[in-house]
Amino acid sequence: MGRRSCNDRSHWSAPLRLRLRLIPFRPMTLSPPDDPLPTSARVFLDGMRSSATSAFSLVLIGTYVGVGALGHDYGFSLPWVMLSTVLIWAGPAQVILISALGTGAAAIEVALAVGLSSVRLMPMVVALLPLLKGPTTRDRELLLPAHFTAATMWVESLRLLPGVPRERRVAFCNGLAVGFLVFAHVGTAIGFYLAGSLPPLLTAALLFLTPISFLVSTTRNARFLVDRLALGLGLVLGPALAWAQVGLDLLWTGIVAGTVAYALHRLREALR
Amino acid sequence: MSATSELWPYLVLVLVGFLPTEVWRMLGLVAARGIDEESELLIWVRAVAVAVLAGVIAKLVVLPPGALAAVPLAVRLAAIAAGFAAFLLVRRSILAGVAVGETVLVVGAMLVGR
Repeated sequence: MGRRSCNDRSHWSAPLRLRLRLIPFRPMTLSPPDDPLPTSARVFLDGMRSSATSAFSLVLIGTYVGVGALGHDYGFSLPWVMLSTVLIWAGPAQVILISALGTGAAAIEVALAVGLSSVRLMPMVVALLPLLKGPTTRDRELLLPAHFTAATMWVESLRLLPGVPRERRVAFCNGLAVGFLVFAHVGTAIGFYLAGSLPPLLTAALLFLTPISFLVSTTRNARFLVDRLALGLGLVLGPALAWAQVGLDLLWTGIVAGTVAYALHRLREALR
Repeated sequence: MSATSELWPYLVLVLVGFLPTEVWRMLGLVAARGIDEESELLIWVRAVAVAVLAGVIAKLVVLPPGALAAVPLAVRLAAIAAGFAAFLLVRRSILAGVAVGETVLVVGAMLVGR
């Protein structure tokens, strides 16, 4: 009901057929009494625990030490910086917001720069939400996971969700994101109080955490050819377009590299 | 009033920080409606999302912000390559990749700076 017949798999691509075998399939009807679902609260805590065991908790602490120090240097209060983490929850956008406001840029300019840096969140939300939806999931239940969607949470959700019962995936994602938020806040507070005493090389190393951790984690998640192609093409096209000073370079990187990767994937399927 | 001046930074945060970011997530929420987990469209959207993330990664290394720009490009590229190699060699461990990449970056910057 609502979903396509699960028996008719002939029109699905090979990677999806493969993926279906990897995902534990749950019936759409109520679970039998001998196989009770864990409660939402328990799965939420499982999500929080997963954030603590993720390598990204360290990356987040490091990244937000940088954000906290930046906020302090530009004269913002700690509560303001922490609230910006809760409301924005995207490192690059926060760095842009703090440095642009701190240097006295016009509000409309700041909003535009922040907005452009956050375009990437839209395809992430679109790619994540269908994995969260169960047969009874309401739209408003998806508001919080959509708000929490950022690179870290997205990468870890795609990795961990296949092992979570579909009916509890929203709770798991919320727990994971709240756990990551706590680590980000710890980093922010450390950075705020250490600001000024951080050596430049340490600051450089903190800034390097984002690219290195995103590169290896995205590679680990890229199980299918189409994702690997998109990753490789994006790595080349991103700096090339930025260097050529093409406007909205990241948006074009995504559309061009993503579409070429998808076209090659379709070509490979057709040649089979 | 003092109450107004205390609240002003928070209003700015919502108007030029929160709203311009959140609008993309809400657009994604609307666009995700009716997309099936098994649809071809989702494969394309995921490819676009991965490519944007790859673009962000590469830009942070090649055209880095702040203090990272003081580290020579060759050291940054060597560090990301070494981190990636360590990740592949050590059981696809994210921690191994991050640790080796960071070590090469810091040691490389210190050697070049000398």
